[in-house]
Amino acid sequence: MPANPTDRKYSKEHEWLKIDGDSATIGVTDYAQDQLGDVVYVDLPQPGASITQFEKMGEIESVKAVSDLFTPASGEVLEVNEKVVEKPELVNSDPHGEGWLLKVKLTDPAEADKLLSAAEYDAFTAT
Amino acid sequence: MTNLQSSTFNLQQPEPTLDARSHAGRIAVAMPHSDVPGAEAPPAELLRRDLRLPELSQLDVVRHYTRLSQLNWSIDTHMYPLGSCTMKLNPKVNDAIAAMPGFADAHPMQPAADVQGALAVVYGLQRTLAEITGMAETSLAPLAGAQGELAGVLVIKAYLESRGEKRTTILVPDSAHGTNPATASMAGFDVVAVKPQPDGDMDLDALRVALEEHGPTVAALMITLPSTLGLFDRNIVQIAEMVHAHGAQMYGDGANLNAMVGQVKPGDLGFDVMHINLHKTFSQPHGGGGPGAGPIVVKEHLIPFLPSPHVVVDADEDERWKMEDGSGSGRPSSIIHPPSSATYRLHDPERTIGRLGAFHGNFGVLLRAYAYISSLGPDGLRAMSEAAVLNANYVQARLRGAYDLAHDRTCMHEVLFSGRKQKAQGAKTLDIAKRMIDYGYHPPTIYFPLVVEEALMIEPTESETKETLDAFCEAMLQIAAEAETQPELLREAPHNAPLRRLDEATAARKPVLRW
Amino acid sequence: MTTETRPVEARPLVTEPHPYIPLTPDDRAAMLATIGVASTDDLFTDIPAAYRNPSINIPDALTELELLDEMRTLAARNRTGSDYACFLGAGAYHHFRPSLIDPLVMRGEFLTSYTPYQPEVSQGTLQTIFEFQSLVCELTGMDVANAGMYDGASALAEACLMACAVTGRRRIAVSERVHPNWLAVVQGYAHGRDIGVDMMPHPAPGATFVLSDEHACLAVAQPDFYGRMSLDAASWGEAAHAAGALFLVAAEPISLGMYRPPSEYGADIVVAEGQSLGVSLSYGGPYVGLFACRNDYIRQMPGRIVGRTADLEGRTGYVLTLQTREQHIRRERATSNICTSQQLIALSASMYLAALGPRGLRRVAELCYEKAHYLADRIDELAGFRVERDEPFFHEFVVRPQKPPSEINRALIERRIIGGLDVSDAIHNRMLLCATELNTRVEIDALVEALAEVSR
Repeated sequence: MPANPTDRKYSKEHEWLKIDGDSATIGVTDYAQDQLGDVVYVDLPQPGASITQFEKMGEIESVKAVSDLFTPASGEVLEVNEKVVEKPELVNSDPHGEGWLLKVKLTDPAEADKLLSAAEYDAFTAT
Repeated sequence: MTNLQSSTFNLQQPEPTLDARSHAGRIAVAMPHSDVPGAEAPPAELLRRDLRLPELSQLDVVRHYTRLSQLNWSIDTHMYPLGSCTMKLNPKVNDAIAAMPGFADAHPMQPAADVQGALAVVYGLQRTLAEITGMAETSLAPLAGAQGELAGVLVIKAYLESRGEKRTTILVPDSAHGTNPATASMAGFDVVAVKPQPDGDMDLDALRVALEEHGPTVAALMITLPSTLGLFDRNIVQIAEMVHAHGAQMYGDGANLNAMVGQVKPGDLGFDVMHINLHKTFSQPHGGGGPGAGPIVVKEHLIPFLPSPHVVVDADEDERWKMEDGSGSGRPSSIIHPPSSATYRLHDPERTIGRLGAFHGNFGVLLRAYAYISSLGPDGLRAMSEAAVLNANYVQARLRGAYDLAHDRTCMHEVLFSGRKQKAQGAKTLDIAKRMIDYGYHPPTIYFPLVVEEALMIEPTESETKETLDAFCEAMLQIAAEAETQPELLREAPHNAPLRRLDEATAARKPVLRW
Repeated sequence: MTTETRPVEARPLVTEPHPYIPLTPDDRAAMLATIGVASTDDLFTDIPAAYRNPSINIPDALTELELLDEMRTLAARNRTGSDYACFLGAGAYHHFRPSLIDPLVMRGEFLTSYTPYQPEVSQGTLQTIFEFQSLVCELTGMDVANAGMYDGASALAEACLMACAVTGRRRIAVSERVHPNWLAVVQGYAHGRDIGVDMMPHPAPGATFVLSDEHACLAVAQPDFYGRMSLDAASWGEAAHAAGALFLVAAEPISLGMYRPPSEYGADIVVAEGQSLGVSLSYGGPYVGLFACRNDYIRQMPGRIVGRTADLEGRTGYVLTLQTREQHIRRERATSNICTSQQLIALSASMYLAALGPRGLRRVAELCYEKAHYLADRIDELAGFRVERDEPFFHEFVVRPQKPPSEINRALIERRIIGGLDVSDAIHNRMLLCATELNTRVEIDALVEALAEVSR
């Protein structure tokens, strides 16, 4: 499994958060996509919706499983990755890149302190 | 490819859909012209402009369905050891009975006086199932197992409401069938999961904690007996006592009743309500996914809340006594020739939870169950469950060394293995299942229950001969050997079916659901 | 009949071979030795001893010959459409069943297979479900259909729950002219989930239903319980949509052979009782519910769905799909707890439609229409009867006799005629009569003559 990029933070619910100024990109981790298997559907909030850190923001489905998506940060949804909605398999093939889910305008960038670093997340998923 | 035994498949061409076979101007069955004077046509705005149904010759239709049937495996063609589904013999005489015109052409809205034969069967089956399970009464209205569950839970809800109790939680073991939590939720309850302990029995401490934590809000414990692990919970009587001590009800999921019939009555063990799958224990064919029927049996205190309609008999006391052959509890021995004063009729229980379907239940299914029980009698029912349990334990004994057991103890009618050893060798449970197809056996239930890693659940039923069980075990042993030496053979299986593995991910991503 | 209580320790096994249980005494002995126990009793020690081996007080076993005899005797106590002229409908209909259906549907490979969880060895069942979904879409005009529900009534109830899931609302509006038994089912399902049900009075011709923005749906029947086909259905759909509610239509599948499909008057979900399509009356079941909807709502649709895909080598095949909606995955958050699709009954319905084709289905619908209207016209000629004709009807209509319908029906059955449904509970002294392609002119004339005699 490729190493988790160090340019972002991770939640224990297996989402990543990559901050860029006062906005950020959200996706699920490589570990999560591997556990899920072939992703077939993602249900995401609409642009304009407000989301709250660690609360449910959507669902991700594989052929035989469904999991809740929890947002790693609070904010307002700026953009939904329409390419993933159209081709959910991008979550499997490139979870940290093309398979991103949302871009959000952050309410409080300091919330990221509650998330794990790449090294901490590696340790978390190794147990 | 090595070690392939014969499979009964004939490699054949795929069958086009009806639509692809259609050719304008053909018809398979012609309808007559009208023999009455023509009527004024309906207003044109009500009429349809086109109707695009396929047009086929009679041979087209016959060949289409015959060929499609040949792409299926079934009990009639293959051993089908699907755990928790009880794929037993479906006697042909039952189908012959359901097709008798006196039953098949009975209209559900006819007055009771004109359908006394049908009502006698329903009444007889109500009494019989109550007797077999040690309960007070039966409702045959639920149209499927899952609907029986819903009815059972709604009966509990109505009973509690009638006592002014607002209880909102149902406890469900996490090994339960998915229908249990789905049903509880449909009936408006919150679900709290309870974990089993390592030996497979329910963890009494966890149950005690759950009961105390949720205290007076617990409405019921939903529990499958034998459990979905194929085990008879040795603490069942104590569990019932704990649940009752908290004022909650014991709900039994009867999916695994085939192990218990004649051996023990769930009513005696403390269950208040249970649903029964007639398509499992009582031989209704599964039909590729229905129809089934999911009667519920209940204790005395729940009778007023049963679904509608229920069948009752009007007879004077003396004659009623005679009908029940003096025993007071069993199935009337003289349904065929009831005393002249006896008439059966439909009845709405006083505080019924209401209707579950448009009519009176899946009567054709009820007939088959009635015929099946009549064919076995009390001794045959006991011999049935005994053979089912013997067969499962025999499979367990023969495969114990080759596959890990989820719980190494005497099982009931099904045995639960874990494919973790084979997974480590490079072949997952799914691969084992697909390889079984190459050997001519339908795969068992896999990845259920969820609490067992790489679960593989085998239910041979009482219907198979020892020779079939031996051949099946030999095949399973050979597959275990293959997993050790050439796991890729399993990973790529099946090799010998009309199709290889199918792309389920694309099917779900870009659904094509019609022609 | 065995009535004595059996001793707990020992009990006789079946002493003669039984056709359903093949193990012989030597099989048993060998198997017990392999397991390493002395007797089968040792396999049941987990059951508390005090509760083992209860008496079961039911009659002793019958052989096949005896059983058939017993069941024939019981069947003979029913008076049915097989040897009576039947004019009873009310949600279940006496139709012609083509001979090819039974031998094909009763093939063991269809009859005795399980839910197609292993697609490599279940392509027969899976393809027939895909075809059923397609046929239901063609018939109703909708985008997608599922593999089948328990019956029409429960399909409507599930459709109402689905409308609540789609709209996030918790009240439903249902026309009072939906079949009363269906209404009862809807109420039961709604009660379980604490959803409010408003019974909607039927609007006068030209008027429409009045809904609020609390309603998740408006559910109507077309034809309604009394057989009537309204000209206003499109305006009902507009009223539902104006309130932000879904428009649910309970249709009758034979009628769709000639009447326009509900998709053309705004339906979002269409349900129907599939029994008319080649399925035996069988005293009320098993039947199959048809369930179809617009593409937008597919992920909230309950029930089993089959999709087309390909195998590893690119050959076309079929699989269960969108399974994450279902109970075995989503558990307490599932769309519904339904597991069955009434597959065998759905298969009969598919075979019926394949056999008749568009021409045959239209002919059946027209025969029903013509015979029912001939019957109505003849009854209108009788003194003491009046046919209610305030709206067009399909193959069922309401008659107002002078005498009580129950009395008339008793007289008819003596003349080997099964009369119409007594609906006096709902409308004072009325009878609901139905005619189908199975009613010959001779039968219809005999009914009219009998009615004339009865009312004299």
